[in-house]
Amino acid sequence: MQISQNWIDIAYLIAAVLFVLGIKGLTKPKTAVRGNMLAGAGMAVACVVTLLHRDIVSYEVIIAGILVGGIIGVLLAKKVQMTAMPQLVALLNGFGGGASFSVAAAEFFRGGHPDTVGIIATGAAVLIGAVTFTGSFVAFAKLQELIDGKPMGFPGMKAANAVLLLGSIVAIAYLVSNPGSPTVFWGLAIAAALLGILLVMPIGGADMPVVIALLNSYSGVAASAAGFVMGNSALIITGSLVGASGLILTQIMCKAMNRSLTNVLFGVMAEGGETIDQDEVYAGKIKSTSADEVAMLLETAQRVVIVPGFGLAMAQAQHAVRELADTLEANGVEVEYAIHPVAGRMPGHMNVLLAEAEVSYDKLKDMDTINPTFEQTDVAIVLGANDVTNPMAREDKGSPIYGMPILNVDKAKTVVVVKRSLSAGFAGLPNPLFAKDNTLMLFGDGKGAVVDITAALKEG
Amino acid sequence: MDFVAELTLFVLAIFLGVELITKVPPTLHTPLMSGSNAISGITLVGALIAAGSDAGLLVKVLGFIAVVLATINVIGGFMVTNRMLAMFKRK
Repeated sequence: MQISQNWIDIAYLIAAVLFVLGIKGLTKPKTAVRGNMLAGAGMAVACVVTLLHRDIVSYEVIIAGILVGGIIGVLLAKKVQMTAMPQLVALLNGFGGGASFSVAAAEFFRGGHPDTVGIIATGAAVLIGAVTFTGSFVAFAKLQELIDGKPMGFPGMKAANAVLLLGSIVAIAYLVSNPGSPTVFWGLAIAAALLGILLVMPIGGADMPVVIALLNSYSGVAASAAGFVMGNSALIITGSLVGASGLILTQIMCKAMNRSLTNVLFGVMAEGGETIDQDEVYAGKIKSTSADEVAMLLETAQRVVIVPGFGLAMAQAQHAVRELADTLEANGVEVEYAIHPVAGRMPGHMNVLLAEAEVSYDKLKDMDTINPTFEQTDVAIVLGANDVTNPMAREDKGSPIYGMPILNVDKAKTVVVVKRSLSAGFAGLPNPLFAKDNTLMLFGDGKGAVVDITAALKEG
Repeated sequence: MDFVAELTLFVLAIFLGVELITKVPPTLHTPLMSGSNAISGITLVGALIAAGSDAGLLVKVLGFIAVVLATINVIGGFMVTNRMLAMFKRK
């Protein structure tokens, strides 16, 4: 059966509307599951009518592809650990870029007679698609610790990137006047693939959330470009929605680290005006405490704020933390969680990890909401978070992190920092919070410490 | 569709996207990313046409790769998003 292009386009419109309603559902936790279903329904509509497109003459390859992709997709979605979600999203970004690349390449070799716009769109889809594909795999490898997470580079890297980008643009321009050259096409593909690798290599582990968000955006833009190639409204609309989404998340991440996107992509962290000596900050001012002492503090507390970082998830301590919170709440204590935008390894990661431990989502407070409440907080417990609590970001103009928005935990009456040692965080800086008069250090493994506090509380 | 109409769609959809996404709370940013991965699997539509056409082996191979990758995005993306969202509960 075949249907006219008009009906297909109307079905695409319906799909696009369902995607928009789906994303709208994601604006509230209550409606989010239904939103995701709506978007899924939109995808089903778009795919089914496409199967009736007049250009489709055989179904064997389609069925084989859907089977292979479907099985891999189900396995990935079922098996992935919540701590590994950034890796999965990096992979999916890469697949999205790869799919757009392949679609544009297939359209190129189908050998129609594309106009200038069509060729430029093909070039854009190939360039952005390939960059997203290889760049995402480097990001995946760094997050999965298959390769070193530290920034990697070589002298002349920026020049090499510039040459690759320029070469790609020249190749696209050449294809506009000679649309039939497969050599130039593959040259473009290889240059773009290399560019993707070189762009992500020099970016360090702490900046990965930004990179994932940015690659998310690229995968959308690549889909949009593929839409221009095929004259397909569904791809254009959906691709730009995703492109916008990734871009906004990128911006939020950059703002939360007080860095510009160019700085993340091409620069290193700003050098501090003065080197800060760790001993000078800490000497004689560190007060160590025990689980029993912390439990005693918590017994008289009325409001406790827990400040989790990725260290908490690494120690698999989410469930232990929830149990501590349950015990406190049973004693009539108000417990909330302070989530910094860059806590975890991707936007919103910490929220998912705590949701997995069955922490109620209305207790997860973002930075702007929780910061004014620290002054009325009796005990703030910092678990596996470091740089995002560093008061130097607020007070020390010479500091490299000056201006970065932080959680003002030091305003709480007492701060308990659970940490293995006084070692520095990603930023490599000492944290004067640890030396404050109202700060107690509880040295040890995060999970063990939390379990001990809970036990002491229950006994007391 | 002519180019100007396509460009109009593109630009308006970006504005719509910005308006929508800024309203998504930080709590849901991870599901938003995996969900938008799933939605960007819409490339599957183009992949199906390439894989089902009769334009020679190379096009079929590229079409097959595109179908596989886009299907992973669609199925994997929607399922993992659903799995995460189901964990967001209020006590």
